[in-house]
Amino acid sequence: MKGWMGKFRVLFILGSTALVLSGCGLENLTALDPKGYGAQVSLDLIILSIVIMVFVFLVVMVIYTFVFFRFRQKKGQEDVIPKQVEGNKVLEVIWTVIPIILLLILAVPTVTATFDLAEGQPEGSDLLNVNVTGNQYWWNFSYDDLDVQTSQDLYIPTGERVYIDMKSSDVIHSFWLPSISGKMDVNPENENTMFIEAQEEGVYWGKCAELCGPSHSLMDFRVVAVSPDEFDQWVTDMKNVDPEAEPETASAQEGKQLFSDKGCISCHALGSSPTAIGPNLTSFGSRTKFAGILDPTKENLVDWIMDPESIKPGNKMTGNYKEVTEEEASKIADYLLQLEPSEITPEDAESE
Amino acid sequence: MSTAIAQKQGFGAILWDYLTTVDHKKIAHLYLFGGGFFFIIGGLEAMIIRIQLIKPANDFVSAGFYNELLTMHGTTMIFFAAMPFIFALMNAVVPLQIGARDVAFPFLNALGFWLFLAGGLILNASWLLGGAPDAGWTAYAPLSTTSPGHGVDFYVLGLQISGAGTLIGGINFLVTIVNMRAPGMTYMRMPLFTWTIFVTSALILFAFPALTVGLFLMMFDRLFGSAFFNPDMGGNTIIWEHLFWIFGHPEVYILILPAFGVFSEVIPTFSKKRLFGYTAMVFATVLIGFLGFMVWAHHMFTVGLGPAANAIFAVATMAIAVPTGVKIFNWLFTMWGGSIRVTTAMLWALGFIPTFTLGGMTGVMLASAVADYQYQDSYFVVAHFHYVIVGGVIFGIFASLHYWWPKMFGKMLNEKLGKLTFWTFFIGFHLTFFIQHFLGLMGMPRRTWTYLPGQGLDNGNLISTIGAFLMAFGVIVFFYNVVYTAIKGEKVSNDPWDGRTLEWTIASPPPHYNFKQIPLVRGLDALWVEKMEGNKNLMPSEPLDDIHMPNSSILPFVMSLGLFIASFGFIYQVDDLRWLIVLIGGMLITFGAMFVRSVKDDHGHHIHKEDLEKGDGL
Repeated sequence: MKGWMGKFRVLFILGSTALVLSGCGLENLTALDPKGYGAQVSLDLIILSIVIMVFVFLVVMVIYTFVFFRFRQKKGQEDVIPKQVEGNKVLEVIWTVIPIILLLILAVPTVTATFDLAEGQPEGSDLLNVNVTGNQYWWNFSYDDLDVQTSQDLYIPTGERVYIDMKSSDVIHSFWLPSISGKMDVNPENENTMFIEAQEEGVYWGKCAELCGPSHSLMDFRVVAVSPDEFDQWVTDMKNVDPEAEPETASAQEGKQLFSDKGCISCHALGSSPTAIGPNLTSFGSRTKFAGILDPTKENLVDWIMDPESIKPGNKMTGNYKEVTEEEASKIADYLLQLEPSEITPEDAESE
Repeated sequence: MSTAIAQKQGFGAILWDYLTTVDHKKIAHLYLFGGGFFFIIGGLEAMIIRIQLIKPANDFVSAGFYNELLTMHGTTMIFFAAMPFIFALMNAVVPLQIGARDVAFPFLNALGFWLFLAGGLILNASWLLGGAPDAGWTAYAPLSTTSPGHGVDFYVLGLQISGAGTLIGGINFLVTIVNMRAPGMTYMRMPLFTWTIFVTSALILFAFPALTVGLFLMMFDRLFGSAFFNPDMGGNTIIWEHLFWIFGHPEVYILILPAFGVFSEVIPTFSKKRLFGYTAMVFATVLIGFLGFMVWAHHMFTVGLGPAANAIFAVATMAIAVPTGVKIFNWLFTMWGGSIRVTTAMLWALGFIPTFTLGGMTGVMLASAVADYQYQDSYFVVAHFHYVIVGGVIFGIFASLHYWWPKMFGKMLNEKLGKLTFWTFFIGFHLTFFIQHFLGLMGMPRRTWTYLPGQGLDNGNLISTIGAFLMAFGVIVFFYNVVYTAIKGEKVSNDPWDGRTLEWTIASPPPHYNFKQIPLVRGLDALWVEKMEGNKNLMPSEPLDDIHMPNSSILPFVMSLGLFIASFGFIYQVDDLRWLIVLIGGMLITFGAMFVRSVKDDHGHHIHKEDLEKGDGL
């Protein structure tokens, strides 16, 4: 399937650029500029179907335009009675059979691709598996085989399939990575599996695509695709984290104390503890965004700790910790921001 | 004419007349104005949604309120605007087109309307009583079953009651069309609009029970502590999705087939040609209706049903494009060789063809399961279903209103205002929704309260909102047109458009009994056949005699009122058991009215031959 429609793709992208002033969307977010296997297969089908359908549309419009101008009632012809035609067998067979053929041209690659993308993990392969849990309104990523936990930012190696096993802890969510793959629903009663494969390093936007409550539109996540070597390094670093490590600055040390005094620690795990009531904060200092949507500045973090409800309505953090002053929030922020256990950060992916 | 008499009797008499009427023509008026009322509410909700999305990170409305808006917009527009408009047309036109004096069950017809109205009022009462439902019009569990407050309870009860009304209406029209056609009107001589209503009624009969079952399960989950959709207790949320879409997909065809029927009347009339390929059109309608039940899982490609299910439903969905394409080409070739008059009704039909073709195109694109992994739940889908539901159903309703308004009310809608409505609505529509295909592919999920700046979504959303204002302007002009016509419109004759079917053989608006003598049908386009033979009207199939008509009754209204009251008992008994009194009281009213209906004989009345001979029979 790959590549044989390259020319159409160029035409299509040019066309959509002309139509949409802002081009075809933000790189690493748009489905029109695929960077992964699944998104590529989807785009090929999108283009194939557009080509077929534009052909049909043009045929309809040519007939339509001709009919309208040719057969519009002219002055003085008000009393003319046109010939009453019942139908035409040949024509009717033509416009039944040709669409069937066109649809077969689309149906065959659709069926092939459907089975292709549903391909399971080969027996005995050592491909990476990640357990993804959808929660109102954040994502948890658990690398069970590697004993590593993370939230919001999913690190994967490029160039290989990563199998993600999805389940929800509350309502239905949907895991959508437009530039890498299509989406799949995250259901509360069964585990859904799909594979994602990023072809280039980069930080890719992910979104929740199924209405899941007030902050549904704010349930973003990121996929950080790094080279396999960098990924191995990241895993090693994450495994070696000491959750009890004392921070360097005094403010951060106080922040660490406050982190447990104020009750943060009862929901937020550090290290590879599988507790996942709230997001795992092991590598919080390297996050691409805070709370999925805020730029990673200290100011934003303090705002979030002080009043998460105003930023993400309906979140489960609000009201579940002791009240903090702005000064205390600032210290907790200092503590969280220095949690950077790995040298491998999203910048490594973006710099490529 | 009864309206004229009612006007002399004052407002109270008119109100009582409409509360008790079992006349299909007046029930059509009720459906039309009920639907129009909810259409305004749903439209206002849409405008607030578009204002919220006009710029990134906007906070015009809160996130929770936004979810209520999008839920109510979808639910209102489908169940309480589009459906009643379809029922208004069915009531106004079908009995006239088949040469009948009323529907088979006039009492049930009235009951169907009052149940619809009760359901719509219950749903919208939620705005005033602590918050509207907020789980989307699809109400996926567990979001819906765990949604706090009573919003979703109003959704469940409102849809359940109006759904019963719809089911009653569907059965009524099936029976009417099977049994009450005038002599000579064989199935293959029925006007295509009647055919589409026939198929639509059959779809209602088979599709709505799935919704009824789903809503009952959800009602028990929310109000009585069961766990059908609670995975923690062994329930399953996917069952709701299946039940909803087994109803939900045929629902799309329930709406669009009557619109196809409208265009199949409007295009021949204003091309002065019989419908091209009538037989193929009938079979295409039946086939679309049949296939409509085979494709529901294409709404669930990303649920994880597996590649085999996805592949089967993908191919089945693509198959629907074939009969739909047949229809488009038949309409084009109806115009071919004709003499096209561009009236407002025809303008809507001409706007419909390219618009709906685009909607059908994206429909086929969505059918390709793997491509759908990208489209699903994105703005691409939002664009698609507005292209088919607005571009198909709403365009069809506008066309039909301009076409049949003279028959329903005896006055022509103003053509100039009608054309202004068309052009602003048509341009506004494409401005609003075309760009949304691209927004979806650029990564904008549907039902999104806001989007962050810097995602390349800003311009598209701005354009979309501007388009929405243009559409709103068009709708306002239309409502102005209705008022203007009521006051200043010119009275029309029986047959203002040079029509082809039976409804144009009688007065506009028709007398209470429709046909003084039931006509004898001698072919497809019965009136046209006579015109071509130089006859002014159809031959009667019976001698002039007494006409048997049903009596008016307040009971349908009372039954619906009882259910309306009982709903609040159902909803609030969760908080306080004393509400059970309201529940029981309401049910007693309903059952009491049913009892009275059952034991009291009502043989209707006769309009006497002598009165008919005297003139208008009144």
